Amino acid sequence: MSCPFHLVLDPSSRANPYPLLNELRDTPVALQDDGTYVVSTYREIVALLHDPRISSGRRTLDRTPAFIGLDPPEHDRLRRLAMRHFGPPHAPDKIDRLRPDMLAITTELIDNLAGKQRADLVDEVAYPLPVAMICRLLGVPREDESQFHAWADRLIELLSPRDEHRAERQEVADKLDDYLGGLVDERRHKPGDDMLSGFIADGEMTRDEIVRTGVLLLIAGHETTINLIANGMLTFLRRPDVLVRVHDDPELIVPAVEELLRYEPPVQMISSRVALEDVTVGGVTIPAGSPIVLALAAGSRDPDHVTDPDTFSLDRPRNEHLGFGGGIHYCFGAPLARLEAQIVLTELVRRLYNPRLVADPPPYRPSPILRGPRHLWVDYDEVFPAR
Amino acid sequence: MSRPGTADLVRVVVDLTRCQGYGQCVFLAPEVFRMREEVLLYDLDPPAGRRDHVLRAAAACPVQAIHLDWRESRNLPETKPGGSTYEGRIVIVGGSLAGARAAGTLRREGFTGPLTVISEEEGEPYDRPPLSKQVLTGQVAPENTRLPRLREVEVEWLAGTPATGLDVAAKKVLLADGREIPFDRVLLATGTRARPWPDEAEAKLKGVHTLRSAQDAAGLREALAAGPKRVLILGAGFTGSEIASVCRELDLPVTVVERGSAPLVSALGGVIGDVAAELQRAHGVDLRCDTTVTSLEGDADGRLRKAHLSDGSTVEADVAVVALGSVRNVEWLEGSGLAAGVWGVTCDAGCRAVDINGLVLDDVFVAGDIARFPHPLYQYQFMTLEHWGNAVAQAEIAAHNMISDQAHRWPHVSVPVFWSSQFGVNIKSVGVPTFADEIAVTQGSTAGHRFVAAYGYQGRITAAVTFDQGMWLEHYQRLIEQAAPFPSENATPVRVPEKLSATAEATVVVTGHDPAERRVSLLLPGGRTS
Repeated sequence: MSCPFHLVLDPSSRANPYPLLNELRDTPVALQDDGTYVVSTYREIVALLHDPRISSGRRTLDRTPAFIGLDPPEHDRLRRLAMRHFGPPHAPDKIDRLRPDMLAITTELIDNLAGKQRADLVDEVAYPLPVAMICRLLGVPREDESQFHAWADRLIELLSPRDEHRAERQEVADKLDDYLGGLVDERRHKPGDDMLSGFIADGEMTRDEIVRTGVLLLIAGHETTINLIANGMLTFLRRPDVLVRVHDDPELIVPAVEELLRYEPPVQMISSRVALEDVTVGGVTIPAGSPIVLALAAGSRDPDHVTDPDTFSLDRPRNEHLGFGGGIHYCFGAPLARLEAQIVLTELVRRLYNPRLVADPPPYRPSPILRGPRHLWVDYDEVFPAR
Repeated sequence: MSRPGTADLVRVVVDLTRCQGYGQCVFLAPEVFRMREEVLLYDLDPPAGRRDHVLRAAAACPVQAIHLDWRESRNLPETKPGGSTYEGRIVIVGGSLAGARAAGTLRREGFTGPLTVISEEEGEPYDRPPLSKQVLTGQVAPENTRLPRLREVEVEWLAGTPATGLDVAAKKVLLADGREIPFDRVLLATGTRARPWPDEAEAKLKGVHTLRSAQDAAGLREALAAGPKRVLILGAGFTGSEIASVCRELDLPVTVVERGSAPLVSALGGVIGDVAAELQRAHGVDLRCDTTVTSLEGDADGRLRKAHLSDGSTVEADVAVVALGSVRNVEWLEGSGLAAGVWGVTCDAGCRAVDINGLVLDDVFVAGDIARFPHPLYQYQFMTLEHWGNAVAQAEIAAHNMISDQAHRWPHVSVPVFWSSQFGVNIKSVGVPTFADEIAVTQGSTAGHRFVAAYGYQGRITAAVTFDQGMWLEHYQRLIEQAAPFPSENATPVRVPEKLSATAEATVVVTGHDPAERRVSLLLPGGRTS
């Protein structure tokens, strides 16, 4: 049995894991040496995302997790309480109303690229926009960014489908909890129009639940979108034909971002699931108690699901992908990430004149789960003014 | 940017069979899509200025359930190698959901021959589910429910003229105006109409409505908007319950009279029916079960005044909606030699009609609400499904088979999916809930009105129902497809009412002795034979 999964995790395959993921699909449900089952084909992944016998409650830290690590009914309760201050049914246009802010921040970030001919699009654009937006939504002071950024980055680096670095993860997670806890206590006395204040005012979450939810949204709210934006520019710059089409027809950014989520997904796999009962999928019985990894990036390139899967195409009639997962844990912040990526990529394509990659492949961040470039150095001739 | 033919118009239809309530469309186009828990309501004909929002929303749908183009079929393979070689003349009788989808599918699969659609109703084909929901509340105008981009299908539309006969031997459809439309292959998709109140004089009282067409919806909307003192609804099936829900949303007093022990009982059984009853009462509906309306009474001006009930009571109401189910539009097929009657038009799993002798006809196909087909998952029992999703799926299979040779035909074996939204809850079902002897709540609780219940027949899962838990439905669909064992814990009897066999009227007479001569004819009322 070919099990190239450990090779996927190896840093050497970070720049291009896709040949290995294609190989991985030869065994749709593959047992690893440590007892983990890796699932890599589209149909089987979708089946497990919707299977109530698969739990998200695989505990790796000694604490009650945020809703991402809970099952119904607790998951449903906490996610719904969080959604009250983020989207439908209670706040349907909250994210839509942020569009002008997103554009204003993007404009400012790209203005700052003028007067030089080289920039790191990760540090100078892809990172600052989502951080600014999630800080504003949650009510986290932007001045604290240097503080929580280091912790968040470290936590992402330590993410692994294997149960490693437990002590250090616990330590960093505690620091983030303490920081968010302090903010929650401040908001209790001085409420604002942010999500943390909303959670407190509802009075339906405990302090711990507010803190865990806050930490989750803070980290997930920007660590993934950075990769979506950076992977996006990288893909465009590798495909001049795509760059030209998106430049000439800005409406194409909509299918382009969906295709990015399929072709270069920021979240490559879900590594936190566990079987509650024996579950048979793809002809393999996963015994109760087994850890399960869902290889989303492999599933979205499954040739049994999508034609010509290894080609980036703006012309797919129906793009159903696993970029945001699926089922009850479907990415909470998906609409925010979509709009941010659509706006920032449109502006970059429109305003950078003659952009070129300095290094291909660029250096990558270490995580095999949240995958994206650490830096994206780009040379350009000029920055066009904003409209 | 300008794509040909799409300058600024964008119409929307959401396949709520597929929708799982992710709500991405609401985030991206909140002025077009609205959501209450898992209930999705939307504007089918949004203002032109919202086009870019709608495109974003459609692209973002995780299950691609938002249709901006009714010519596309999501269930079929993207391309058909070589396309169709069938060159005959195709006629579709019925221009609603199934007929329109079949027309689109035929063209998409490469059929280039002459194609005619005969439609009784004037105007473009439209979507019916919104008629008992966002149209009645006034959020969407009845005329703004048309299916998107159907106009662009190359079809000869004969609208406003009902078909009155089918001559199978001469291969002609006869129209009410005397025209005869020749065909090489024909698809029958004439659907259903609302079952009228049996007393014709009482049915004509002002204030008495049925709901099936856009025109019906316009009339009922006007009556509800006028602020009646009380609305009386006869029948608590899905349509009646949805109308009752709208009345409560509009803060109108409403009485629902149901012959069965609870609402929805004939579709979902007594256990779920009791949940639906509680839901109605919690929303202020005056629900009277195990009761029927015996007569409607008008005033001197012929205006509805009150109703007399089987328990001897009366209900004063100025608007009544007769929601007692539907009648299949098959009368025009009398004498055609098809196995057609009130039970539907019998066909094989490939949608080919069966004649009165039980022989399959190669050139006559059936789809949608009138098609009575054998379902292998349910012991090959013949069933008719009056579901949006079945009309679409069956029309696609029928269209494909009409232009394919025997070796490339497909069976219609999709698992039925149905949805309804009422009292703020999105109710969905998969499988055939009446094909069951047991039921068990497998997730959530009925008390919280958020749950999944599985139905079992002789130890295997045959159906499931969700209340605001749509994301789990496809898991249960898979279990049904695999004939998975029914979870016996917490199981209770399902309490499905025994149905009168609709085919009881299908009495036939066999004549002849020689196998080459033996034939069947249908015994009609009064002792006539067909």
